[in-house]
Amino acid sequence: MEALTSWQILDLLLISALLALAWTAMAAKDLRRAVALFIAFGLLLALTWVRLRAPDIALAEAAIGAGLTGALLLAAASDEPDPVPSGRISAAGVVLTVVSAGLAVVLGWVFVATVQQADSTRLAEEVFANVETTGVSNPVTSVLLNFRAYDTLLELAVLLIAVLGVLALGPARAGYGAPGPVLSLLARRLVPLIILVSGYLLWAGAHAPGGAFQAGALLAAAGVLLRLTGTTNGGLPGDGAFRTLIVAGVAVFLAVGLSLMLAGRPFLGFPVAWAGSLILAIETAATLSIAAILLAAFLAGDPKHAAANRGSKTWQRTHKTQGHANEL
Amino acid sequence: MSYDQILYGLTGVALFSMGLRGAFFPGALLRRVLAINIAGAGVFLLLIAIAYRGLQSVPDPVPHALVLTGIVVAFSATALALALGRFLRERSDDE
Repeated sequence: MEALTSWQILDLLLISALLALAWTAMAAKDLRRAVALFIAFGLLLALTWVRLRAPDIALAEAAIGAGLTGALLLAAASDEPDPVPSGRISAAGVVLTVVSAGLAVVLGWVFVATVQQADSTRLAEEVFANVETTGVSNPVTSVLLNFRAYDTLLELAVLLIAVLGVLALGPARAGYGAPGPVLSLLARRLVPLIILVSGYLLWAGAHAPGGAFQAGALLAAAGVLLRLTGTTNGGLPGDGAFRTLIVAGVAVFLAVGLSLMLAGRPFLGFPVAWAGSLILAIETAATLSIAAILLAAFLAGDPKHAAANRGSKTWQRTHKTQGHANEL
Repeated sequence: MSYDQILYGLTGVALFSMGLRGAFFPGALLRRVLAINIAGAGVFLLLIAIAYRGLQSVPDPVPHALVLTGIVVAFSATALALALGRFLRERSDDE
């Protein structure tokens, strides 16, 4: 009973902190404060994933949910003027609150009623029974790259389309000024280490928590660090190489799927003996693509134009906030 | 079914509804994008709570894979929304 109680205390602490941070992040007066609270929310959420036995998601959340989204929102907070809220709560606001609270009650009731049903068949049993045939032993990776490879291919296509949208909207946000010596030194020491860890996560994904998403996100984080320390394009290559990188994931995925069809197998139906190597090939290309796409999304445009934008209004605004970022 | 599954699932529902309210509330675009991200986190939490089988057993990997892709898609959608917002703002600044 003793052990159970300490778990319950952890649960209550985590849940109340999550709810409080989410609420204060949305209610905060200052935009930058809202984003800082959101980053804290993301980190606690990563802890929650560990508590719920989802280490793969914890890695992705810490890198993307808290890290990259936080950096993106913080950069955006500096160039968005915040209209002062009127303080008066309108009738529409009251209706909105009541409707969303009502929706929460209905959803909560459906959830409790559903999990109480005794269910006979679950996909999980099928996954565990067939994981031997997928070429990897991490069940999450087996679902992502084998059982539901189609989903993951389309998801990479969604990423590609989103970043094409971002690229079409204009030049990248301008870079930041020269950093202090401590940050430069830190970046020089950290970036090679991050690249190494990213390679490890890619390799480990086959049998342990990790995989293309976590590895790609970490690689993109190295690019964000480079950008914050004066490398305007975050280490992304120019033009042709950049374009090749962002389509590499979808291209290799499709090439593998189509060659399997030529060999007389279903689309993305990996033969057992080859599955491991094919998945590693796809994941390697996906890692590079995901890193380039996430980083280009953070730069908010084509890396080529980032340097040309310096004189603009946006740059001065961004530059001013860099001071705040350094203080943090 | 266990107490912790219910507890975390209901937290997910609460986060979703809070985020939904924030997303429709008038205010800066950034606030609404942030609120959508919180609503998304609520959906992820609900899915992972459904996959959870207690501390001693292995959870269902299928919702885990869905949430993993969801996190990456949420980031790219956030980036696109903010880029659209910046584009519109610079447009209206010029006029």
